[in-house]
Amino acid sequence: MIFELLQEQLFQLALIAALLVGLCAPAVGTFIVQRRLALLGDGVGHVALTGVALGFLTGTAPVLTAVLVSIAGAVAIELVRARGRTSGDVALALLFYGGIAGGVMLMAVAPGGSNAKLNSYLFGAIASVTPLDIWIVAALAVTVLGVVAIFGRELFVLCQDEEMARASGLPVRFLSLLIAVTAALTVVIAMRVVGLLLVSALMVIPVATSQQLTRGFRTTMGLAMLFGVLASVGGLLASTYSPKVPPGAAIVLLALAGFVLALGVGKFVRRGRTQESTLSERPKLRVEEVA
Amino acid sequence: MNETAFAMTDGRVSFDGKSVLRGIDLTVCPGEVVALLGANGSGKSTLVRTLLGLTPLTGGKTLVYGTPPGRFRDWWRIGYVPQRLQVGGGVPATVREVVASGRIARQSRLRRTSAADRAAVTGALEAVRLADRAGDPVQSLSGGQQQRVLIARALAGEPDTYVMDEPTAGVDAETQQLLADTLAGLVTRGKTVVLVAHELGPLEPIITRGVVIREGRVAHDGRPPRPEGECARPGHEHQHPHADEAAAGPLTGWQGEPR
Repeated sequence: MIFELLQEQLFQLALIAALLVGLCAPAVGTFIVQRRLALLGDGVGHVALTGVALGFLTGTAPVLTAVLVSIAGAVAIELVRARGRTSGDVALALLFYGGIAGGVMLMAVAPGGSNAKLNSYLFGAIASVTPLDIWIVAALAVTVLGVVAIFGRELFVLCQDEEMARASGLPVRFLSLLIAVTAALTVVIAMRVVGLLLVSALMVIPVATSQQLTRGFRTTMGLAMLFGVLASVGGLLASTYSPKVPPGAAIVLLALAGFVLALGVGKFVRRGRTQESTLSERPKLRVEEVA
Repeated sequence: MNETAFAMTDGRVSFDGKSVLRGIDLTVCPGEVVALLGANGSGKSTLVRTLLGLTPLTGGKTLVYGTPPGRFRDWWRIGYVPQRLQVGGGVPATVREVVASGRIARQSRLRRTSAADRAAVTGALEAVRLADRAGDPVQSLSGGQQQRVLIARALAGEPDTYVMDEPTAGVDAETQQLLADTLAGLVTRGKTVVLVAHELGPLEPIITRGVVIREGRVAHDGRPPRPEGECARPGHEHQHPHADEAAAGPLTGWQGEPR
């Protein structure tokens, strides 16, 4: 059955999209989780909805307007974060709600807008991707992976210890914006596959899964990308068995199942490390990283 | 090229209207091992952060190798050891990965990790005797071991000048001695060291100059203050009369007045 499916263009496109999302989201997610910004993807996802609606309203490709608006949103979030005020938390919340409400409102008045369209962006509609979507998604994915490859070393220092990054002469402001913008691009890539409301899950869950089993940053990222691909392709395949299975939700639930499995395996692995057992307190997963 | 590591003239810093540094003049020449001493809250940590440009000056000026920190480009010449390890979110990082990040100022963006990078990292790990823990996550190390990771990170960058913020705070005697030996090795190679310390302990023999900061001003600058009676002996419990005075005294009359 899978072999027959592979002949279909629609399925091919969906598979490419799932692969790219599975690779990109955890790669960016590793930096974001390290930087304690696990919910950044969620925030950008909310704001991106306004971008999608603006696309319908103005008759341009929603993916393109979503890119622009989510980049603006990510930059705004980064600026609020960099100021480090306690009220930043509330400012971010306002931005999220504004993004969703604005999106729903604009979508309702837009000529081509409908509830079905809105749902397809909120929860993903991988079956409806067009070749143009794939080209845009592929270009964004190349950009995201290129940023990780070229700036990875600097981003690691930034996310690990911002003060050290500054004292090493790294362009801290530029790199902070870069990671925020890269996260925004990732959100748009993942939008068609898992939907804006679940985008963040693919950026965070594979990383949380991976770190149950790893000891280093590089290996965490590599394994997270593997888990991301397994979850997104696996969820897509699951959805082909029945039209009732929504691919976005299947992908996220599969990723969560992997996390639970890794949690058990990780405990077992750690118990085996006798040397560390007394001193080592491995980083505990915080609730907000999974949420 | 100006070889003076740091030159601050009339350095002033205030946070939310409260003066922390009130006109500091400090010049650090190559090969010096300067200890910045003072009670908690005297401004010594702020001073090192300001020397590096991490905290902006509100008055006066400071130079790093002849250039203001904002325009300084040769950051590989400086090795900074912050007070404690800032471990980012939940993602683990190995000791080796953290130490290797000390090379960042020497690595151009597209160049891959070179043999020289690897050798420097291995050497730094051996210097702080953590080579056997290189593959372990830093989060699993004890406080003293994490402090050694930070020192190794600075060593890996092979800088000319080391800036250390309380490298001996909360660290066991063994690590203090290790640090003293490591610093002694650096000094014989002509490196410059600026360190913040609460008490010198085993570091004392290698310090060439002591600068005592009191209430944001330089109260003493010259030979390191010798142990006076009980006060400077290792293991001595410090009382902090100065800090109490500062807290109790009238603050308004002091602000910004040059002495």
